[in-house]
Order: sequence, then structure tokens, then C-alpha cells
Amino acid sequence: MIDQHRQAFKEEAYELLAELETSLLELEERPDDLDLIGRVFRAMHTIKGSGSMFGFDDIASFTHEVETIFDMVRNGKLQVTGRLVNLTLAARDQIKAMLDGADDGNGVDLEASAGIIVGLRELAGFQSAAAAPPGKESAKAAPRDPVTYRIRFVPSREIFASGSNPLTLLSELKDLGTCSVVAQTSDFPGLEEINPEACYVYWDIILTTNQGENAIRDVFIFVEDDCELKISVVAEHSRFEEQQDYKKLGEILLERGDITPKEMEDLLAQQRKFGELAISQGILHEGKVQSALIEQRHIKEVRQEKQGAEAASSIRVPAERLDLLVNLVGEMVTVQARLSQTAAQRADVELLAIAEEVERLTAELRDSALNIRMLPIGSTFSKFKRLVRDLSAELGKQIEMTTEGAETELDKTVIEKLNDPLVHLIRNSIDHGIELPEARVAAGKPGHGTVHLSAVHSGDSVLITIADDGAGLDKDAIRAKALEKGIISAAVELSEKELFQLIFAPGFSTAKKLSSVSGRGVGMDVVKRAIEALRGSIDISSVRGEGTRIMVRIPLTLAIIESLRVRIGTDTFMLPLSLVDECVELTREDVARSHGRNLAHVREQLVPYIPLREHFRIPGDPPDIEQIVITQVDGLRVGFVVDHVIGEHQTVIKSLGRAYKDTEGISGATILGDGSVALILDIPQLVQAVEALQ
Amino acid sequence: MAKVIMTADDSASVRQMVSFTLKQGGYEVVEAVDGKDALQKLSTTKVDMLITDLNMPNLDGIGLIKGARALAGCKFIPIVMLTTESQDSKKQEGKSAGATGWIVKPFKPEQLMAVVKKVLG
Repeated sequence: MIDQHRQAFKEEAYELLAELETSLLELEERPDDLDLIGRVFRAMHTIKGSGSMFGFDDIASFTHEVETIFDMVRNGKLQVTGRLVNLTLAARDQIKAMLDGADDGNGVDLEASAGIIVGLRELAGFQSAAAAPPGKESAKAAPRDPVTYRIRFVPSREIFASGSNPLTLLSELKDLGTCSVVAQTSDFPGLEEINPEACYVYWDIILTTNQGENAIRDVFIFVEDDCELKISVVAEHSRFEEQQDYKKLGEILLERGDITPKEMEDLLAQQRKFGELAISQGILHEGKVQSALIEQRHIKEVRQEKQGAEAASSIRVPAERLDLLVNLVGEMVTVQARLSQTAAQRADVELLAIAEEVERLTAELRDSALNIRMLPIGSTFSKFKRLVRDLSAELGKQIEMTTEGAETELDKTVIEKLNDPLVHLIRNSIDHGIELPEARVAAGKPGHGTVHLSAVHSGDSVLITIADDGAGLDKDAIRAKALEKGIISAAVELSEKELFQLIFAPGFSTAKKLSSVSGRGVGMDVVKRAIEALRGSIDISSVRGEGTRIMVRIPLTLAIIESLRVRIGTDTFMLPLSLVDECVELTREDVARSHGRNLAHVREQLVPYIPLREHFRIPGDPPDIEQIVITQVDGLRVGFVVDHVIGEHQTVIKSLGRAYKDTEGISGATILGDGSVALILDIPQLVQAVEALQ
Repeated sequence: MAKVIMTADDSASVRQMVSFTLKQGGYEVVEAVDGKDALQKLSTTKVDMLITDLNMPNLDGIGLIKGARALAGCKFIPIVMLTTESQDSKKQEGKSAGATGWIVKPFKPEQLMAVVKKVLG
């Protein structure tokens, strides 16, 4: 696919080169025209900049030399002469030759390039070795010993107005190493004076990392100029052996300048717990003491970790025990919801505080329990490499598989269930997608094809992409086949996206003849169903002659999901939050206006909706104003009409048992805080069911 | 739900590369060919982030950033500008207009994704 960008760049570059030639010829006649000089400079600048972006490094470094000269001309340091114009024209032809030769592998005359550069440098009065080629990165620094830093980050009050979010910066810091964060809230004004758009919090961070101080500064690069950032070294890992004692709280506060030596001595004289004393006497705000305590604990932990690291880095546990743990956590989340609900009903402040604490701990417990079951997807990827190798040999094709994001983690059960659909998709790419070597060469492509498999985190899901550089989908063939199989009627006009989705229809196969590799009765519809069973979605994009890209989006875990809780009559339902776009109101007038077509106007867009009360035949009358929950399924927006939207809910998924397993439109159930049961809606299936009815 | 990112650039090849990289990363992309086009689209489309070039016809990047910050829906979204190394003063101007950060051209797809992750979280 990168070829596509290279092509776009080449077209742009040819245009710029043509323009450059005209400008240079005009410049010869009017050597003092600043506008012309500017035009020449900009053309060089764009060719250099975009060239290095799309992998034309030789062009970028060569053009850089010429650009440097014209920068001097622009700044009045060098005169335009006939020789300069001649050399620049020669340089322009050389760039064109490089562009021409870039894809057919014909090298350019390097000596000619060198000759032009030497000539230009002489004109500018440079020594020949003066200008270093751009873009050469210095070798990466060798891994260092971990160092513990103390960081105080005081953002400006207006930080939100520049679109920066301090919390993403803090989570970026956490990626650098072991990190403890304390929020300092002492600057908060009273409720009447508070400006909700201002940031009153600042943070103390203790970070142990081997990335060095520059990596920390890089995190704050965008906010550096308008925040107060103090970074200092607290302890160096390699010197832990020498530093036998932990620093006392007072020492840390003293080092930070939060307390004077005199204050410390006075306090020490009283022999009470230092921190408590400092707070009770109003010398220090609680947050400052807590921050210092955290630093103390952090150093202790890091040191223990170092000692423990040699002993054991991992242990093996049977998978069933983990499943049991996750199940128990699920029960716990349910009970916690009951506790929170009960606490909210009784106006008991103490009980509320306990319930909140339990809620926080349960959420942490849930996250770490689910985290234990996460495995890198890489093990599956390496299996596919073998598959590609064997299949391409069998079919006489030359195919290389590249992978990316093998370290991306997914729930163990999800990875297992993904295996079959992915195998099928890769087989399809190899069998139907990538052409035989002769056909590829005839089409001007390299003889060997590539299947690229990548996984990347995206919000609460993982995006797995299978991209090939093969023939791409044949829209006409798909349409013809769908007509022949009676999947669509001749009158239907379909967009490209809709046409591609047809290959997921049951009984669809465009291969002219069945081969042993794909098309053995298992169609893409099975793949789609398997992905949807994992609450995922699948999308295709394809360019004829250039390749096909299949994107599979899978939620991180299956056991517990975030959902939107809604009510119809007395029944409660859950919609997976990952599919929900927005909620809008639906009044009686709206319904009357749509004349029974179930279409709502949402910001100049028509959105079809499904009245769930009708669909599930729930008795009773809807309220005057109903709510439409708008979801996104396969790129389409579909609304679901409910009575009330209650809010977000941590939903522990329970299966419905064998008897109700295949209930259409319902993927499971969950137990609510008050002990009642709510059904979880299977949105893609509901949409399909309604489509089928129509 | 996939987050939506707008890319505003008058160079088709840069726009195409940015758009392609973002889509690969699982984002939805809205493209705009200059500042005026971008501002118009921002007033009707909800986006989670804006990536804009600075040198554009009709309305330049600085004008676009100022205009976007005045829209209720764009008041707090991250706005990242594309600059060239010779434009340090422009970078400052962009920051005071309300830009969150910048990417220096030329950049590679990985660098673009790193900045998007940095500001979007």
C-alpha cells in the first residue's frame, strides 16, 4: 500500500520539477526577483520534505544540498549567477532521473550527483565535506541502569484550552517505568470561585526508569513552555548497594525545599510521627507529606523488586484456576453493585464511603484479574507464518508474510477463538488475493506478494488487520455473483462498501473454481459469525489491482464489558457500550412525521431505528418522549428505541444456559445490583434480524 | 467507537499518507483541503482531534486553529500542527493560537501515530 503513497508523491514531484524548470529559466533573466527565488526554494523544500517521508532518501539528501544553497540566495548571502542556474538545472534533471529510476531499479549516475554537489558547494564557498547529509540518526544509546527521578509537574491553569490532557501525560510517564503519582489539590479554591475550565491540580511523580531524563522531558514536550517542570534524581539503581538506608521523610521534604531545617528540628524535638505532626501544626499540606511518603515507599518497592527479580520472574498456573478467579471477580462485581445501590438508598455517609472504597478496589481487582489472562497475540502469528509458507508453495506463488504488533495482548479465550477465522482470512488472501508471479510481473508488481498481519490496541478493543498486495476485490464479479445467487436484485444500487459486505453473505464465493485451499464449503459468512460471537466486527477495503485489507475489531475481554443500561417498561436491557455512538430523543411528533418508516432525522442524516418495545412485544404504552440509542454496526448507524436510558454499567456476562442459548438478539444476561436479571442485546444480530424481516 | 480525526492539508500526498496511517491505526478520518474547508466541516462534524498543515491557501493553519478553538465542539480537542524545521516562530504562533502540539516534517507514519497516541491517550 505504501506504493500508492510513493506514486502520489512522484506525481506531485514531477509537477514541482516542471514548475522549478520554468522558475529557473525565468530567474536567469531576472536574477533579483525575490518571488522567483522563493518559488525555487519552496519547490526544493517540498521535494525534500515529502521525499524523505515516502522513502526517497537519496532524493531527499541530494535536494537538501541544493535547498541549502537557495536558502543562502534567499537570505541575500549568495548572488544568482549563470553558473548557479546551470548547476541547479542540472540538479533538477538529476532529481528527475532519480524519480524515473526509483521504481524500475535503474540506478542513477552517482558521480554526476557528486559533481553537481561539489560544484554548488564551491559556489557557496563551502569545504566539500561541510554539509552532512540529513536524516542520519545517531546510534541508539546503550541501555542504562535504572534511575529514580522526582518530578513535579505544575501545569498552567489554562492547560485544557490548548487541548492537552495532563492525565494522558501521566499515563505516558507510567509507560517509561515504575511510577507513583500523587495529585496535589491544595490550590483548589472554594466552590463559588472555581472555574470549571481551569486546572487547579498539580502532580508529584516518582519514576524509576532506564530511559534517561530526556525521555521524561519528551513526554512534556508540548506543554514544557507553559508549565513548571522540575526533574531531579533521587536514587540510582546501580548504587542501591551502597545506599544502605532509606531516606527519612524529613530528609526528603528538606531536599525538596518544602520544609526548612529549623522547622524540621523543632518537629523532631517533639518525637511524634513526623508527617502527622507537620500536618497537625499546619506547616505542611497533607498532599505534600503523602507525596514524600510515596517516594519513600516507591524506592523501597523498586529495591525489593530488583532483589526479587533474580528469584522468580513468572510462575506457571493452570488456566482453570485463572478462569475461576475471573468468575469469582465477576460475582464480586455483582455484589459490589448491590452494595453501592443499597448504600445510595440509605443516607448513611459512613456506609457510602465504604461502598465507594469497595467499588474502587473491585475495579482494580477486576482489571488485574482480567489482565492475568492476557496473552500476546504473537504465538498465533508465528503459526500463520508456517501456514503461508506451505500454502504458497502448494499454489506456486511467492508470498512473504510480515507481522506487526505481535506483543499486543488479548484475552486467552479470545485468542483461541480467533484462530480459525484468521486462518480462513489468510487462506483467502493467499488463494484469491495474491496472483501468480507471472501475472504480478505483467501487472508491473514485484513477483513475490506480501501478506501483512498486524495487531494494534485501539481504545477498549484490538484491531487486527490482514492486508495483501494482490489483485483486490472485483466489484463487477461480486455484483454478478450476488445477482446470480439471488442475494440482491438487479434494481439495487450498492455503494462499494455495501458491495464488499456481500461477500459475507451465506453461500457466497467468487472463485471461479474451488481449490483445496479455500472454498471448501466454509464461507466468509462463518468467519463473520465467529467474529461477531466475540462481539467483534469486520470491515473490508480494497483497491482493484492494489490489494485488499480486512480489519477485524475485537474487544479486549469477554468476561466483563462496559454497557449502557436502558429500560423498557419494567424490563432492563444492556447494550455493549463499545457499539454505542450517541443517544437522542424521539418524540411522538417525530414518530408521526416518519409515517411508519422508522427513520429519525439526526443532524441532517437519516438514521433507521428499531422500536425494541414492539420488537420484543413488551406490553404497555411508551412514554411521550422515548430515547433512541444510536449504534454503529459494520459502518452503519442504527438506532434502538427504548423508554429510558439509565447510564453506564459494569456488566458481568452470564450465558443464558442451553435452553435459551440461541435466542435471537440476546447474547447473554447479567445480574443487577438489586438481584434482578437484565438481558444483554446482541446488536449486530438484531440488525440482521430486522433487515431479514424487511 | 472509533475516534474521528480530521486532517487538513493542501498537499494531496501528505493528506493521503496521514489519512492512510490513521485508518490503519483504527481511527476514522475526515479530510479537508484547506483551512476554510476544514472549518466548514468542523462546524457540522464532530471530531476528536485535528491535524493541520500551516501553509494552506484560503485560510492558513493558524487561522484554522483560532477558528476551531472558537467552536464549542473543538474547544478542548487536541490540535496538532505540521511544521517544517525552519518555522520555529510559526510553532510559537500556533501554540498561542491554541495548538496542542506539533509534528516536524518530514515525518514517518510511526512518528505520526506516536503523537496521536500522546495527545489522544
